[in-house]
Amino acid sequence: MPEYKVLPAGDTALVVEFGETIDRRLSTLVLALARRLSEADLAGIVETVPTFRSLMVHYDPFVLPAASLIACIGELMQSLRIVQDSGGEEFGRNWHLPVCYDARVAPDLDEVAARSGLSPAEVVERHSAVTYHVYMLGFLPGQAYMGDVPAELALPRRENPRLKIPAGSLAIASTMTCIFPQETPCGWHLIGRSPVALWDRGPSQMTDDRALLAPGDKVSFTPVSLREYEILSAKAAQGMLKILPSDAPIGAAA
Amino acid sequence: MSPALRVLAGGLLTTVQDLGRPGYQRLGVPVGGALDPVALRAANALAGNASNTGALEVAYVGPTLAVEADDVRMAFAGAQASIEILPDATASSGRRIDAMRSVRVRRGEVVRIGSLAGGAVLYVAVEGGFDIEPVLGSTSTYIRGGLGGWQGRALVAGDRLPLRLNTVTDHDDLRLDGLDLGLPTRFRAVAGPQSDYFADDEIAAFFDGEYAVCAGSDRMGMRLAGRRIAHARGFNIASDAIAPGSIQVPGNGQPIVLLVDRQTTGGYPKIATVISADLPALGRVPIGAKIAFERVTIERAQELRRAHLAEIEAIHDRIVPLEVDGEMAPRLLDYNLISGVIDARSWGM
Repeated sequence: MPEYKVLPAGDTALVVEFGETIDRRLSTLVLALARRLSEADLAGIVETVPTFRSLMVHYDPFVLPAASLIACIGELMQSLRIVQDSGGEEFGRNWHLPVCYDARVAPDLDEVAARSGLSPAEVVERHSAVTYHVYMLGFLPGQAYMGDVPAELALPRRENPRLKIPAGSLAIASTMTCIFPQETPCGWHLIGRSPVALWDRGPSQMTDDRALLAPGDKVSFTPVSLREYEILSAKAAQGMLKILPSDAPIGAAA
Repeated sequence: MSPALRVLAGGLLTTVQDLGRPGYQRLGVPVGGALDPVALRAANALAGNASNTGALEVAYVGPTLAVEADDVRMAFAGAQASIEILPDATASSGRRIDAMRSVRVRRGEVVRIGSLAGGAVLYVAVEGGFDIEPVLGSTSTYIRGGLGGWQGRALVAGDRLPLRLNTVTDHDDLRLDGLDLGLPTRFRAVAGPQSDYFADDEIAAFFDGEYAVCAGSDRMGMRLAGRRIAHARGFNIASDAIAPGSIQVPGNGQPIVLLVDRQTTGGYPKIATVISADLPALGRVPIGAKIAFERVTIERAQELRRAHLAEIEAIHDRIVPLEVDGEMAPRLLDYNLISGVIDARSWGM
């Protein structure tokens, strides 16, 4: 059974913490527990929120008293042994997302290159060589925290955060990379732009499908030229860019 | 033309809010909803609406709204406010009414809400609600994400907010008696989740201290200024999820209490969490107020939650006919109306 702590977060939420670091093994435990709790379908669980190294469980204490919830989590932990020993169970889908690293949409690429002692082309090569793991969604609707960025590209955040960056900005900070789903203030290093919308602002009937990515998904980036980026963006603006998990080809759907 | 309220002035920050959109935090979507859900429920009860109906949340300075429907019943609950009903948009004065009541206003009349006193928020419910499509099950406005409510943003002059009803039920107006929407100065909190990031005497000092609510506080969080809280193990943690009422302590040692529009995850240690029963009152505390925190156990917090929910259940029992000039309006004595009031409970809860 994995080691874990249950921490109080007020009277209607608790935190199941597997560790304090950003680590794929911890992330797998978090996602496995979230899955077990969802399958257990306990009355009184309002929602769960997976993060890098812990799962927050929001509950209704009058339907599910904290002691019962904690006992239930303890039982589910027994089944997580396999997860830990096997090095992880399967989560999520595989994605190839088009991104453009052209300097015209990558204002910090040269600086990142200089600070890492690499050429801009080498930064692109190394950033796009990794298959990233989606640890969690947070900060903005649909925003996926993906890791791990190669050590030589891991830089602290900018000293002067920008007040506004465009939607679709591809950015890095520390060991994480993100595509920002909307215009936002941001202190990360901008190294490209993606035409893919990580958050669907379409008809309101859609629910979970609004976020393209989910925790546990695997993401790699396919470099495209500025011209290709512009074509894909134009299609996206018309609602004609449909990105499917990797067994489907990248491109515009009718 | 379809029934609507036309916005002549937006006020400081007027947004549509209901009881929020739980269930999507794992996608990065905050729960949101009314800062003071007790006052929202009160406004909806007065308007004869279900408790989760979207209403206008008015912050600090209210909007001016012209009625473009045959008539509309509006109900006001929350902070005290100067509420004026003008005969038309050109009139300079009209009749003044108090909050905690409903009022029927007619086509062409203008409702002008001035500055609030004794609280940060006032709710304006309309009978039948606004004709707004919910997003992820809620009509609450989440401004940072640009979703929900009226076009994902606060109201501005020129907006035309559609109403579901062109005319309203024919009964006299109501008031709500004895509901405590006052401003407490002490808020109960449970220690944790990151108690181990602070020395015991720092936690004790936090619960002994008094904090001022600073400018920059908003629907995301209440920024506090007071005795600096020292971290025992640094102030950066690998981000984890944020509970309602979570009190995070960033590097400057000045706590921030996270409110309805809090981001779903964050990277500062959280010293304590305000209990659920005290969150509505916390939501109504204005910038400039002084507050303190009192440590309670989870068991105590849950007892207080039970009492709080009972208080919410009893809101409908506090609704009484509005007395006009000290007399009960004659039509209110009619049996049908009284049964109508009782019916409101089954729509509401």
